[in-house]
Amino acid sequence: MKPRRPGRLVTEAQQSFSFTRRTFALGAIQGGIGLMLASRLAWLTVAQKDKYSALAESNRARSTLVPPRRGWIVDRYGQPIAINRSDFRVDLIPDLLHDKDAEIQLLQNILGLAPEDIERLHDSLDKAAGFQPVQVVEDLDYERFAAVNLRLPDLPGVVPARGFSRFYPAGAAVAHLVGYVGSASAKDYEKNRDPLLLTPGFKIGKEGLEKTFESYLRGEPGAKRSEVTARGKLVRELTTQPETPGHTLQLTIDAGLQDYVAERMGDQSGSGVVIDCESGDILSMVSMPAYDPNSFSRGITHDEWNRLSANDHLPLLNKALQGLYPAGSTVKPMNALALLEAGVSPDDRVLCTGTYKVGNSFFHCYQHRGHGMVDMHMAIQKSCDIYFYAMARRIGTSRIAAMARRLGLGQKFPLPVPSQRFGTVPDPEWKLKKYHKEWTVSDTLNSAIGQGYTLVNPLQIATMAARLASGRALVPRLVHRRNDEPAESLGLDPAHLRFIHEAMGAVVGPGGTAGSARMQLPGIDMGGKTGSAQVHHISMADRRAGRTSGTTGEWKLRDHGLFIAFAPVEQPRYAAGFIMEHAGHGTFAAGVARDAFTFLYDKQRALDTLAKMQPSWGGDIATRTARQKAEWQAAQAAAASPPATADTGDTSAQENAATPPPTSAATAVAPPSEAPENVQQPPRGTMNE
Amino acid sequence: MIRNSLVPAQLTQLPWMVILTVMGITGFGLLVLYSAAGGSLEPWALGQGVRFCLFLGGAVVLSRLREEQIKKAVIPAYVILLVALVFTELLGAVAGGGQRWLNLGIIRLQPSELMKPVIVLTLARFYDMLPAGEIRRWNAIWPALGLIGLPAALILVQPDLGTATMVLAGGAVTMFLAGLPLRLFIGGGLSVIPVGIGAWSMMHEYQRNRVLIFLDPESDPLGKGYHISQSKIAIGSGGLFGKGFLNGTQSHLDYLPEGHTDFVFATMAEEWGLAGGVILIAAFLFVVWWGLGVALRAETRFARLTAAGLSTTIFFYVAVNLMMVMGLAPVVGIPLPLVSYGGSAVMTVLIILGLLMAIDRGQRGSRSHFG
Repeated sequence: MKPRRPGRLVTEAQQSFSFTRRTFALGAIQGGIGLMLASRLAWLTVAQKDKYSALAESNRARSTLVPPRRGWIVDRYGQPIAINRSDFRVDLIPDLLHDKDAEIQLLQNILGLAPEDIERLHDSLDKAAGFQPVQVVEDLDYERFAAVNLRLPDLPGVVPARGFSRFYPAGAAVAHLVGYVGSASAKDYEKNRDPLLLTPGFKIGKEGLEKTFESYLRGEPGAKRSEVTARGKLVRELTTQPETPGHTLQLTIDAGLQDYVAERMGDQSGSGVVIDCESGDILSMVSMPAYDPNSFSRGITHDEWNRLSANDHLPLLNKALQGLYPAGSTVKPMNALALLEAGVSPDDRVLCTGTYKVGNSFFHCYQHRGHGMVDMHMAIQKSCDIYFYAMARRIGTSRIAAMARRLGLGQKFPLPVPSQRFGTVPDPEWKLKKYHKEWTVSDTLNSAIGQGYTLVNPLQIATMAARLASGRALVPRLVHRRNDEPAESLGLDPAHLRFIHEAMGAVVGPGGTAGSARMQLPGIDMGGKTGSAQVHHISMADRRAGRTSGTTGEWKLRDHGLFIAFAPVEQPRYAAGFIMEHAGHGTFAAGVARDAFTFLYDKQRALDTLAKMQPSWGGDIATRTARQKAEWQAAQAAAASPPATADTGDTSAQENAATPPPTSAATAVAPPSEAPENVQQPPRGTMNE
Repeated sequence: MIRNSLVPAQLTQLPWMVILTVMGITGFGLLVLYSAAGGSLEPWALGQGVRFCLFLGGAVVLSRLREEQIKKAVIPAYVILLVALVFTELLGAVAGGGQRWLNLGIIRLQPSELMKPVIVLTLARFYDMLPAGEIRRWNAIWPALGLIGLPAALILVQPDLGTATMVLAGGAVTMFLAGLPLRLFIGGGLSVIPVGIGAWSMMHEYQRNRVLIFLDPESDPLGKGYHISQSKIAIGSGGLFGKGFLNGTQSHLDYLPEGHTDFVFATMAEEWGLAGGVILIAAFLFVVWWGLGVALRAETRFARLTAAGLSTTIFFYVAVNLMMVMGLAPVVGIPLPLVSYGGSAVMTVLIILGLLMAIDRGQRGSRSHFG
């Protein structure tokens, strides 16, 4: 810079020079800014390209999950137990709605939605955001589906779609076996935040095998990517990644047998298991009455939930695994085996006078007049209590308990089920630990006839029967497998087993306690053992009222009837255990076992037997359920005429609808307390057939 | 700086290099508008092209003017625009709400747009008339401030902050080039700080929030920042060479707002990438620097100030728009000249081009006479 002259006068030449200099400076600054802009551009387009590309992509493409088709559940022959039925559904995409309220109103008119559905829809719309569809209705009939399609121009954001719903062809017969599916709850979503759980129409296993095999059955979701404008208008489909359906689960179950047994139980409350004696495969595992898994999978109504909860036959409880009962006389063949192992000769006799005295107490045989001289064969055939009292005292209770455990009582089996209760095989150590009390002689006597602390579930007595029949340590299983090792031997003397088989064969023969349950098939005989478990101790008051046994009187107070069985006697192929609640005695259970085995050999004969019996129960399960439903609704309507207060439990029932509480009432019983009169507890009975 | 020495002088006196550059920029812009319309000449590219041709013809006509003619027209033009601004303001008040347009029946005129070159011309005229000795006196400052302040204030209340700022900046640059003492500009710049602090302390909370969001739009990504965010996504996702012609997703799927007007650069960069952007910046710099070259070669004070000031006006357009689009400046609504859809900016730039060409021709003419 030229030194300026002092003073303020500036010449034109100086001005011109200053202009040139300043213009150059200006040009340089502009060049600098240009460079800065180019650098900024380079920073955005090169250094941050990935970030912005990802953002542009997430702007452009919307992904929607395509829920996978759930794997089938089939029986051992490939017959379907749980399949998918194609159905019609309608969803909403919140972002695409123009006039939410008007459109919902229109949908309500077309579909005839209940106010309850509308409320739920508004709820889920409030929670939902963006492009994730919200379910309006599923399992829609074709007429209404078509009606929605016709009005689509007035319903932006409404998406009619075809989906799949779970279907159990056998309905209630498989309810407790396979469980059911349902929409994921908020809790399920919190657990693993899988967006698939929020997809409308997607169901997860909620109970039973559907729950335990969830990951196996679920499959992998597909994805549909579509290009949409900023206003959400679909431009085109980009790619569709197909979903992978879930695996097919093959069970050991024989669907035909399962269905047959369920029907054969009639209107009784009971459960039972049939086991293949060669592999341990569970051929049927039935607990009746049962809910309809189809209506649970659709989302059960309050009304149906209340009806099921109110039923004293406990249709919500899987009694085959979670019902615990005193084993009763069904333990006698097992105890006899323990006696033989301990060296007791089958010919040793005991005099049964009907009464057995220990100290100052008297223990009775169910046959009050007494059986006279009883050997082991007769003790099993006639179910003599006194014989087993005497012999159990001779060899000691721990040998009996050891045999019980060898045959599977008190055990939990490695089954893919959400829960199973394993009951009790009592012995002195167990009692000391549990109750801090010494074992007494009366404990020994009670255990000898399967009463007292002894608690079993139907699966366990079926397993016991199968092990008795095969002499091998069969482990019951539900998932079908081919080519596996036969179960190892229990190391029992074959002669002992043969003796027990023959004695059990005599039970189902002339003079046996289940003589009426003979199989009507040439060359095939059934061996078995009856049992009854006292529910209510016969008090002096009862006797005065004329009620001298647990076979009659109020249903809730009658004895449970038990039966274990196998067939054929000569070379056992199938084994079974049934417990019919409050049936009075084991006769009904024996009949079910006989017909179940008959079904395995001669379907038609078994079905004919059933057809003869069904009218007395009021038809098959579906018919009876429909009638019960109608009766229930009529009763509800009658009760509602004065403003109903019975609805107090409604909200909680709705929340629970997808997960019925496993034990709502008394069948699943805890180990007995010392109070024998308590109806809810299995008392120490002495009543035996 | 660039001479068309290869072009035969008799054939044309027009500076073809710069005209071709301007046509190139516009042509590129038409491609972008064609793409922004989803691969269609309608509704933008065709109209823009036709208007450009008309205004280019106008610029050639302007380039025939002599400096004396321009000088004579400056003050009347300034006064007319000032009146028009007031009218716009009054009409806006009647119509209820801000208004920038003056509907003259045949065309809708945006007086504030024309004020951008006219303020430069006016100040050039003022300093031309001012004796050289006065330049460091108070007399050199207050009339200029008045000449700038009046239209700037009128535009600011429209409200059009962007245009007002450009009028202020155009005026200030002309004052700077006229030779006013540097300390005035430095002092003026510094005085912004205490004024800003004072204003800040007097503001309410919601007003402060507005200012903060104005200065940093991305703090409000769903509201004011949405434009900026989407613009940066469009530019950044373009990468080195872009997604290809007609393949931009941000613009085609409407994620980028104003993709054919103020944010047209983002539309361009998404499809043409860094390469397209650098070429565009370079082309604009070429035009601006050519204008400065005209200024340096010019012999009269008016011609010099006019040429340098007008060139810088073009530069302001480009720089403010690009800074805004790339997230370096607040969103103030300045279009990218020749590329953004809209007649006013094209007209302004071509008027400037016409005037620059006129000055260029004048000094070349004087060289041929006297040199």
